[in-house]
Amino acid sequence: MISHRKTVTAWLLLTPMIVIILGVSGYPLIKTIYFSLTGAKLIAPDMTSIWVGFDNYIRALSSSKFREAIWHTTYFAVISVGVEMVIGVLVALLLNEAFKGRTLLRAMLILPLALPTVVNAMMWRLIYNPDFGALNALLLQFGMLDAYRSWLGDPASALDMVILADVWKNFPLVALIALAALQTVPKDLYEAATLDGAGVWNRFWRITLPAIMGPLSVALVLRTIEAFKVFDIIYVMTRGGPASSTKTVSFYVYQEAFAYMRVGSGASYALIVVLISASLIAGYMYLIRKQGEV
Amino acid sequence: MQASRNKKICVYLGAALLALVIATPVLWLFIMSISSSTHLTTLPLQWWPDEPTFENYRSLLIYAENTPSQSFLYGIRNSVIIALAATGVSIAAAIPAAYSFSRLPGKRRKNLLYAVIAIFMLPPVAIVLPMYTIMNALGLLNTHFALIIVYCSILLPFTTWLLKSNFDTIPSDLDEAPIIDGANRVQAIWYVILPIARPALGAAVMMAVLLAWDEFFYGLLFTNDIRAKTITVAIADLAAGRVADYGLISAAGILAAVPPVVLAFFMQKTLVSGLASGSVKG
Repeated sequence: MISHRKTVTAWLLLTPMIVIILGVSGYPLIKTIYFSLTGAKLIAPDMTSIWVGFDNYIRALSSSKFREAIWHTTYFAVISVGVEMVIGVLVALLLNEAFKGRTLLRAMLILPLALPTVVNAMMWRLIYNPDFGALNALLLQFGMLDAYRSWLGDPASALDMVILADVWKNFPLVALIALAALQTVPKDLYEAATLDGAGVWNRFWRITLPAIMGPLSVALVLRTIEAFKVFDIIYVMTRGGPASSTKTVSFYVYQEAFAYMRVGSGASYALIVVLISASLIAGYMYLIRKQGEV
Repeated sequence: MQASRNKKICVYLGAALLALVIATPVLWLFIMSISSSTHLTTLPLQWWPDEPTFENYRSLLIYAENTPSQSFLYGIRNSVIIALAATGVSIAAAIPAAYSFSRLPGKRRKNLLYAVIAIFMLPPVAIVLPMYTIMNALGLLNTHFALIIVYCSILLPFTTWLLKSNFDTIPSDLDEAPIIDGANRVQAIWYVILPIARPALGAAVMMAVLLAWDEFFYGLLFTNDIRAKTITVAIADLAAGRVADYGLISAAGILAAVPPVVLAFFMQKTLVSGLASGSVKG
């Protein structure tokens, strides 16, 4: 039984954090909801806002361009996170073996993770450059390409090329989480399974994967939440182009509010994004609660 | 025997491939940074410059007005100020909060902790529009202050969570003893918890600085010239510039990456254990 005085102390110690979070996140979030129900413009938004009810939402959901942006974001999140999970687990299995240079290789995984997102985007933009890029030169010199291509200038390939850059930066995150989980799997489980005649494939599906599933699912949801926010890499690499083929929801909100100055409808787009994210975040909460990590 | 030799070969091949995949892009970025602009725009592309030069680094690091060095050096300065100040404010509020969550648990406080974690994960578009109009109304756009405030929305929930999970690992007898002897909670935090948690505190500070250094979205929207533009915004500007000097852009990227990469290598252990517990985002 916690005493009354203790409760008061507990809340007093929390006060600075609560005040700041209400100020920088709570209040703005409520104001976003208010904006989304008005026709506010970026120029003097508080004075010209007219109550429009759910008009913004109806327009947002019936806009084929916004639905397209949701599709691009979903595609980006599913493919990039999916590939990151597969490569990440493979790399973790590799690094779980004993070999010379393992420590160095594990340290190298930090490099893509620590590289600022904007620098990563800029680096790949230079590599993909249609006139002087290293990718074109490399593929041509190896005879895998007849002529230089504009990787980011072609709506058919642009989003996939952005995904490749994102995968390079983020697969180490999955690898490190999976590796930490692998190191907790007892070795005698494998020995017993081998004695029972289980092959490599069987051991992976029956022992390894179930053992690392917990941390791996946390990584999966965490990466999906992040991927759904994607903005920086798109802004630097393609600015949503060509022909809107890489326009994601965050970029869409950015354009609606800050290029077209429509704060009201921008806010309604933002809240639809928030709702989708919130369902992912709820999944994350469920997972960490189940694993008792909070 | 044959099988284990084959396995060994596979492992070394895989390791070599992995090393190649990680190192090649960064190595190429470095090679571009020590190449002249004309060398990089000569076809067919050569993989090593005839005359490696540090001219690109020199022209970024030696200050001259109205050159890329101006926006670059100001960007570094602004990022350092903003990252340190936002980290300071966040840590100061996070320490008592983390202590309260860890030592004085309650059902409503547990739910609050979940809310704090959820807020950390919200997409920035959720709050950016009102933040912009508020900063605009207060005349705070394009100041360090605006970004310090906004970055707290990311750093404060994050550091609270990180410190809370660390305080949980400190035996509670240690800080209960002085409290029974009449010390108050603030004294217990200051004299008992913080000295023990110093490594964790250092890690939280570094992680927060990394997060702030990497931030781009708010930086892009809330600043418009060298007075407040952060390094990430300066790099994006440079990369989008009409004068495309690939060598110079690469050098700027390398320089902006050095502080976070060095920090991350130093705190490798913390980073990995943080990742393992699910409390660090990518």
